[in-house]
Amino acid sequence: MYKAEDYLAGEIAWCPGCGNFSIRETLSEALAELELAPHDILICSGIGQAAKIAHYINANGFNGLHGRALPPALGARVANKNLKVIVESGDGDSYGEGGNHLIHNIRRNPDIAHFVHNNQIYGLTKGQASPTSDQGMETGVQVEGVSVPPLNPLSLALALNAGFVARCFTGEKEHLRETMKAAINFEGYALVDILQPCPSFNKVNTHGWYKNRVYFPEIEDPQDWSAAMELSRQWGDKIPLGIFYNKPRSTFEASLGALEGEPLAFRSFDPQSVAGAQDEFF
Amino acid sequence: MKMEVNIVVGGAAGQGMDTVMNLLGKALVREGYGLIYSKDYMSRVRGGHNFSRLRIAEGKPWSPVESIDVLVALNEETYEIHHENLDSSGKVIFDPGEFSLPEEESRGIPVELEDLAKEAGGKVMANTVAVGALLVLLGLESGTVEELLKETFADKEGMVEKNIKALKAGMDTASRHCSACFSMPQKDEDGKKLFIDGNQVLGMAALASGCRFLSAYPMTPSTGVMNYLAAKSRDYPVVVEQAEDEIAAINMALGASYAGVRAMTSTSGGGFSLMVEGLSLAGMIEQPLVIILAMRPGPATGLPTRTEQGDLEYAIHSGHGEFPRAVLAASSHEDAFYRLNKAFELADRYQTPVIFLSDQNYADTHRSVEPFDFSRVSYNRHLAEEGQYEKPYKRYRVTESGISPRALPGQFEDEVVLVDSDEHDEKGNIIEGAEQRTTMVDKRMRKLAGLAGEMDEPDLYGEPNPATLLIGFGSTYGVLREAVDALSESGMKIAMLHFSDIWPLPVKRLNEMLADAEKSFCVENNSTGQFASIIRRETGLSTDHLILKYNGRPFTAREIIAEVENNV
Repeated sequence: MYKAEDYLAGEIAWCPGCGNFSIRETLSEALAELELAPHDILICSGIGQAAKIAHYINANGFNGLHGRALPPALGARVANKNLKVIVESGDGDSYGEGGNHLIHNIRRNPDIAHFVHNNQIYGLTKGQASPTSDQGMETGVQVEGVSVPPLNPLSLALALNAGFVARCFTGEKEHLRETMKAAINFEGYALVDILQPCPSFNKVNTHGWYKNRVYFPEIEDPQDWSAAMELSRQWGDKIPLGIFYNKPRSTFEASLGALEGEPLAFRSFDPQSVAGAQDEFF
Repeated sequence: MKMEVNIVVGGAAGQGMDTVMNLLGKALVREGYGLIYSKDYMSRVRGGHNFSRLRIAEGKPWSPVESIDVLVALNEETYEIHHENLDSSGKVIFDPGEFSLPEEESRGIPVELEDLAKEAGGKVMANTVAVGALLVLLGLESGTVEELLKETFADKEGMVEKNIKALKAGMDTASRHCSACFSMPQKDEDGKKLFIDGNQVLGMAALASGCRFLSAYPMTPSTGVMNYLAAKSRDYPVVVEQAEDEIAAINMALGASYAGVRAMTSTSGGGFSLMVEGLSLAGMIEQPLVIILAMRPGPATGLPTRTEQGDLEYAIHSGHGEFPRAVLAASSHEDAFYRLNKAFELADRYQTPVIFLSDQNYADTHRSVEPFDFSRVSYNRHLAEEGQYEKPYKRYRVTESGISPRALPGQFEDEVVLVDSDEHDEKGNIIEGAEQRTTMVDKRMRKLAGLAGEMDEPDLYGEPNPATLLIGFGSTYGVLREAVDALSESGMKIAMLHFSDIWPLPVKRLNEMLADAEKSFCVENNSTGQFASIIRRETGLSTDHLILKYNGRPFTAREIIAEVENNV
């Protein structure tokens, strides 16, 4: 049996008041409640403040390159299907630099829970616009304010037929915990966009800004795609939270005959067992 | 004079030159003939001019030659381009329904390829008609080809009969003009041989090495490796994933390697460029990874279907920062099978990326080769074992060799494995301390000394104390060997040093032989003599002459012989 504090590790380098603290704490609770052993969990992350979580959670960790958290996660699923794979990274990493991997892994539908720490700003590089920054936000680079409309990750995921699409807010921890658990248990790719304040660099979308806008809509049928799409498009004065869509479909792993049986990583191998492969060339 | 027959089949892309060569080539190898079949094709799916060369020769032909004994011209352009190389006693198989030969051309063998195919059951069998005609010219029976047709079309009803009908039609027609007009070389009675191309050799070597995962993005001339392993994924526990881009491909492979399987990616220059950040990551997180880099002429898209050895320096230096790596190369089909296995072994042992260089000349060429000995293939993962590692487990524990005990995630109860692209401590956590940084750089770079000790010295072929020394690496092995043979026969004291293990550069034989040679030549398929530069940098020794070719085509022995003779 593991307690939530068993999952906490590392010396934290986040700013005081950062939404990442809530996400880390909530994740530790979710993992404890799911009774997952640290050695059976893999956290893949890219680069950014959020991506450092691989160091702050006691689990296996692959803290790779900026934007590239999903590809190693997919490779790890092939090698060892028994690993519970969680991808954690920020909005810049997941939606900007890693956009192509986001698109194609939603299509593949591997059994991965993807938690995006979305603070609508670049923290590690000190305050440039991210793909989800609202129009008009002024930064040291976007000196006249962000001129292009933000990327809507949830609409994008739904358009690509993602099976699990949710939005959370670090100020609603119980909801975040339950959503994380549902996403980890979901068989297939689950996207959880987590709104979090960045007190150091995002002076617009503060904790209070989100707090005043978020609400829990009544979701009658989480398999109603059109209703989910409708919810995903709400942004501004009212921001809905919840699991907008939850409809499993066949996974990437299920399509791979080679994965049947023991994880590939732990199978023995003798080169002579495949010597018959050259017969076709005679 | 050795007995040999050289056949060229040419036409527009899509006309099926490969079908002819694959059928005839495999039948000849099954009958015991030694051969090499290489392709010259354009980067297009239809039209243009593509051709294949088949050289049947005594023993082991290593490289194709320019002269032609039989030209199968599937269109008029093929005749126009190649007739000058056609031997005076050569023959041209052509379809009189397609075009006519010039009046003065007396070497023509008209075979109504398309009409005869239609009569047999379909236009698509025109290639089988051509094979029938070729059999007659070579004075061969049709039994082996029929056997192959039966194997190929076993589950396609009616196709065997139709193809055999087409084959016979080709034979009948050709025999009216010429029969056994060429003398075939001696067969090799020394057991069964494989008829296999370079990419297939590498794919099979990966399979035999226990590679469980290939993630790649299709790119000529590397795609054949992907095709091979994808086909095998039906029967063997190997997963092939077509990545969304090469960045994903290398990062997927790294994730699979981290989680415990032998993993590989394959690409050509452009795709490799996209991979180099991931290569650097492999160096930093000390992840075993094999990358097949099948070279083609660059820069940028270059000549997609042609050959070059222009990415050698790039392979050695690619990736930001300093980290150890090995670079090996495919020299011959015979060697590449075991060499790629060595790449996997080095990657696992030294926990670092290994780049395996190939090129279009190697990748697309079929040869007749002895069966591979799978008992010579190694599978040593060098993983930590229970009771053998210090607890708590630390992924980057500092050791004398620089190699840390490697555990897999989930391998040990209550132990976790953390890897990080930031500089890290022994546990894998981000650090910035000056002393720790130096310690970790030194730890990683110590592996280079171990790797250097694993490199095979170059293959020495020819005179043990040569006056003239040829130096090369990778796919020039065969053509250099034939050049050495020919020049030795003409009385020259000549040898070649040929490298398959390239980096860290093995220097012992170079130091012994290069300075003593009266004349030395470095032979490379690039425009700057990259390998000669590396040799100079690592040994302080220079080669006297560079023989360079960078028009996208492989060397012929004749070209090398001429260059050597002009400069000795």
